[in-house]
Amino acid sequence: MGSGADSERTLYPYVTGSSVVAIKYKDGILMAADMGGSYGSTLRYKSIERLKPIGKHTLLGASGEISDFQEILRFLDELILNDNMWDDGNSLGPKEVHNYLTRVMYNRRNKFNPLWNSLVIGGVKNGQKYLGMVNMIGINFNDNHVATGLGNHLARPILRDEWNENLTFEEGVKLLEKCMRVLLYRDRSAVNKIQLK
Amino acid sequence: MDNCLDFNAPHSMGTTIVGVTYNGGVVLGADSRTSTGVYVANRASDKITQLTDNVYVCRSGSAADSQIVSDYVRYFLHQHTIQLGQPATVKVTANLVRLLSYNNKNFLETGLIVGGWDKYEGGQIYGVPLGGTIVQQPFAIGGSGSSYLYGFFDQAWKEGMTKDEAEELVRKAVSLAIARDGASGGVVRTVIINSEGVTRNFYPGDQLPLWHEELEPHFSLLDILSSPTPSPMDI
Repeated sequence: MGSGADSERTLYPYVTGSSVVAIKYKDGILMAADMGGSYGSTLRYKSIERLKPIGKHTLLGASGEISDFQEILRFLDELILNDNMWDDGNSLGPKEVHNYLTRVMYNRRNKFNPLWNSLVIGGVKNGQKYLGMVNMIGINFNDNHVATGLGNHLARPILRDEWNENLTFEEGVKLLEKCMRVLLYRDRSAVNKIQLK
Repeated sequence: MDNCLDFNAPHSMGTTIVGVTYNGGVVLGADSRTSTGVYVANRASDKITQLTDNVYVCRSGSAADSQIVSDYVRYFLHQHTIQLGQPATVKVTANLVRLLSYNNKNFLETGLIVGGWDKYEGGQIYGVPLGGTIVQQPFAIGGSGSSYLYGFFDQAWKEGMTKDEAEELVRKAVSLAIARDGASGGVVRTVIINSEGVTRNFYPGDQLPLWHEELEPHFSLLDILSSPTPSPMDI
C-alpha cells in the first residue's frame, strides 16, 4: 500500500448511483434509472440525473461513481463538439458513442485507473435501434434489453420473460416501471424517484 | 491501520458544515472545532473561507487538504477575474474546486460546500463531496456532524425562505449537530452572501438554543449556590 504507487492504484467509489434498466421497443429505446446518489450506506442525494442525452441520437445512463460519470460527460461533450465542427451532415450515433466509450473504459482499466461506472448506451439513428452496455473493466455488448448492477439480477429475468419485439410505448413504460418497482423493493440503494427517457 | 475505504462505510470528517439558499442569496454555516484525534487543536477555527468577494467555501475533512484546495482556487480565480474583467460566477468557482478534487482524488480527503451570489443566477450552493462529484442543491450539508442533520433538513427545509429564516435554520442545524457530534463543537459561524454583500456572524454557546439534556449555562456553580432558586440537578 505504498504511497508512491497511489496514482496507479485502483480507486474506490464514493458517491454512487444504483441500477439502470433499458429496453428496445417498437419505435426506439426506453431507459430508466432512479435519481439517487448514495454515499456508502447513506442515501445522500436524491435528485441526481443519471440519464443524459448525447448528441442528437443517443441516451447515456450510468451507475457507479457519479464524479466519473460527470467526467465521461465532459469527454463526450468534446467528442460531439469536434464531430459537429466537421459540419459534414453526419452525426455520431449510439453505436459510435458505444465504441468510443468502450475504448475509453478499457484503456483506463489497463492503466489500473478505471472509471468506476457501468454505462448503458441507447439510441436510434436512421431508423436503426441500438442498445448496448459497457462496464468499468471494458466488457461490452449489445442486446434487446440491458441492465446494470443489481438490475442484472432483478430486472433482466422479468425482461427475458415479458419482452417482445413489438412493445408499444405504453407497454414499454409499464414494463420498465415494473422493473424499477422490484428494484425499489429489493435494492438497498434505490430511491423512490425515477427518471425515464 | 488499513487505509482502504470499505464500500459501505463513508469516512467521517470532524466538522459540521451547512449551506442554504434563500430568496435572494445564500447562508453558509459551520462549527469551529478542529480536532487531531481526540485532542481539540483549535476550538475557534474559521471553516468558512473566502474565495472571491462573492463566493465562499465551507471546508470539512482534512484541514490541510481543504486549505490547500482553497488557496489554489483563490489563486486561479484571481487570475480569472482579472482576465474576465468582472467578478467570477459561483458556477466557475465550484467547477474549479471540483477539478482539483476530482483530479487529485487519490490524495485528497476533503468535502466542500461552495456558496455565493452572482448577478446571473443569484444565490447558488454547490456540494463537492469526496471524490469530486459536483451537485447543485438548494441546501447542502457536510462533515461528520451532517449525519445528524439529514432528518432535520428533510423536515425543516422549505422553498423561498427569507434571509432571517434561513440564518435561523442554519444556526439551529449546526447547533443540533454540535450537541450530538463529538467532532463538532465550539461556536457557530455564519456567512450571509447576497446582492448587497457579505455579512459574517458569530454565535457563542450561550446564544444558541438548548436541546435535550442540556442545562442553562452559568459562568460558575457559585452563582447558582448563592441564589435561592433550586440548583439545576434537582429533579
